[in-house]
Amino acid sequence: MTNGKTGLFHHFTTSARVGFFLGFRQVKRSNMWTTTLIISVMTLTFLNLVVVSGILVGLIEGAVEAVRGRYTSDVIVSNLAEKTYIERSPTIIESTKALPWVEAVTARYVEGGTIEANYKTKIRQTDLSDEASTVMAGIDPVREDQVTGLSNLLIEGTYLEPGDYDKVLVGALLLKQYLDFEAPGFSTLDNVHVGTKVRVNIGGNFREVTVKGITKSKVDEIDRRVFFVDTQLRSLIGRNDFNVDEIAIKLKPDGDPVVVKEALLANGFGAFAKVQTYEDGQPKFLKDIKATFALLGNVISSIGLAVASITIFIVIFVNAITRRKFIGILKGIGIHNHALEIAYVLQALFYAVIGTAIGLIILFGILKPYIAAHPINFPFSDGILVATASGTAIRVIVLFVATLIAGYIPARIVVKQNTLDAILGR
Amino acid sequence: MIVIRAEKLVKAFDSGEDKLVVLKGLDLNVSQGEFLSITGRSGSGKSTLLYQLGLLDHPTSGTIEITGVDSGKLSDNERTKFRLTELGYVFQDYALVPDLTAIEQVMAPLLMQGIERKKAEREAAEALERMGLGDKLENIPAKLSGGQQQRVSIARAIGHSPKIIFADEPTANLDSETAQVVLKAFLDLHRDGQTIVMVTHEDEYAALTDRVIVLADGIISSDKTVRKSGS
Repeated sequence: MTNGKTGLFHHFTTSARVGFFLGFRQVKRSNMWTTTLIISVMTLTFLNLVVVSGILVGLIEGAVEAVRGRYTSDVIVSNLAEKTYIERSPTIIESTKALPWVEAVTARYVEGGTIEANYKTKIRQTDLSDEASTVMAGIDPVREDQVTGLSNLLIEGTYLEPGDYDKVLVGALLLKQYLDFEAPGFSTLDNVHVGTKVRVNIGGNFREVTVKGITKSKVDEIDRRVFFVDTQLRSLIGRNDFNVDEIAIKLKPDGDPVVVKEALLANGFGAFAKVQTYEDGQPKFLKDIKATFALLGNVISSIGLAVASITIFIVIFVNAITRRKFIGILKGIGIHNHALEIAYVLQALFYAVIGTAIGLIILFGILKPYIAAHPINFPFSDGILVATASGTAIRVIVLFVATLIAGYIPARIVVKQNTLDAILGR
Repeated sequence: MIVIRAEKLVKAFDSGEDKLVVLKGLDLNVSQGEFLSITGRSGSGKSTLLYQLGLLDHPTSGTIEITGVDSGKLSDNERTKFRLTELGYVFQDYALVPDLTAIEQVMAPLLMQGIERKKAEREAAEALERMGLGDKLENIPAKLSGGQQQRVSIARAIGHSPKIIFADEPTANLDSETAQVVLKAFLDLHRDGQTIVMVTHEDEYAALTDRVIVLADGIISSDKTVRKSGS
């Protein structure tokens, strides 16, 4: 039994050695253009496998990242459903700032209201108001910028200063020029630009304010808001206790949102506020779309994989068929079938390895950093390319296995043919 | 000592509804160290006989014993291994693999025998040098003349010191001068004790071998010993 196993092992190592010997030389002395073409196909197949699904997932991931970066940050604390604001906000803010993983904290006063434009040009009392429902947010401009980089989201005008009085930033989705379709329940303001005076109404308190800037973030919650300096909004809504409605917490690069959430809950703040990581705060539909797009990406990738497998099959089959005579000769002089099959499988693997290596260089050396620096401008998100090391490794393995099978089958078909028929070309 | 023993050898091919019988119950013995030539007209079954004896094909009926081994009892894999270790082949069209250099052509069967690479390289080089191709080791077939290619083919056949060499019209594609060189190579091998079975349609080359058999209509019509082996 042991001898049998040893003999079998020796046979396979010898076959592998001869297979490598023959396969390597076949690749080495093959036509350069044909080799380049096959490797290009493999590279494109690999990129198709990774990039298509990566972009589809990245499209949603871009939206998720935008919500995280521009709205919730890493951890978001908001009022409980039964409360209108976060009780003991100052204590929570101070405790949060004291946590070692926290880089910056911003607190927001949030109140529903309406914004009205063109009221001075209204001719008759019965004319419809140019009015839109909105959410007013009172922010500390410096802290908000530290956490969400709101100043970078301005598409017109300038950012708020701490001392700004009766000046606001308006979200682009409230303005007709940035939302050129009518959606039921979403009215927009016409002809509002930087410097335009608009009137806000919060619970019957009216104030005329000047538009200082317009924000566009591709995050609906931000783009439907009107931002005030916090002191301004607090006076408008009459809140004097410094209790806020939202606290967004940005963590240091090594900070874990779950750890911070747990730390806040451990302090008992769960009794006064809803504490969520950015993932908890994601809308369910976003998670569903992400899963759907990942599935769609896998379907498209599978088709790409099938095409690649067929390509490899055809390449190896044509190669083996045109070399049928030489396969016959090699069999005739005593080269074992396994060695010949290994030679063709190695050849197929060579194409896959080189194609994948080039694909990896393009993916991680060019595409991913480029798209990260220049996100794809989708209407509702800045699309990034999601290509994780583990996900990519799985696709590489899948491609190699497919190549192995696609290379082996045609080699087996041709190698199994009658030796003499192959030699004589019958 | 008999190294090839063929008895009642029949080979038939399907030809539409009929059967084309090429070898009709042929008997043949070949002794060790003998240089046998098989001649006959086109279609007489010369090459078919060689392929049966060389275990490249299966006879329809009859038995072939080579070096005492009944080939009918060998599986396909065992036949391949037997060809690798015991037999050598020289084909009419040289049958070299276009991707391999001269030395690699000879090395391939040596490596398949499990011989270590350096040793295989050394033995392959020696076989090629013996064929006068010491300066062509790294040439691929496209960079060799017809005569040189055939000598590479002979080097490949003798590289692993087989018991019998089968040659199928090895001089057919060569001009007479080159053919003489190739034939001399065979005669040199034979002088060293190599058993050779060669198919040829050239009577003058057949006359240089120990024994000439003539095939006609699938049987041996003539079997003449020209000279005693080794004389």
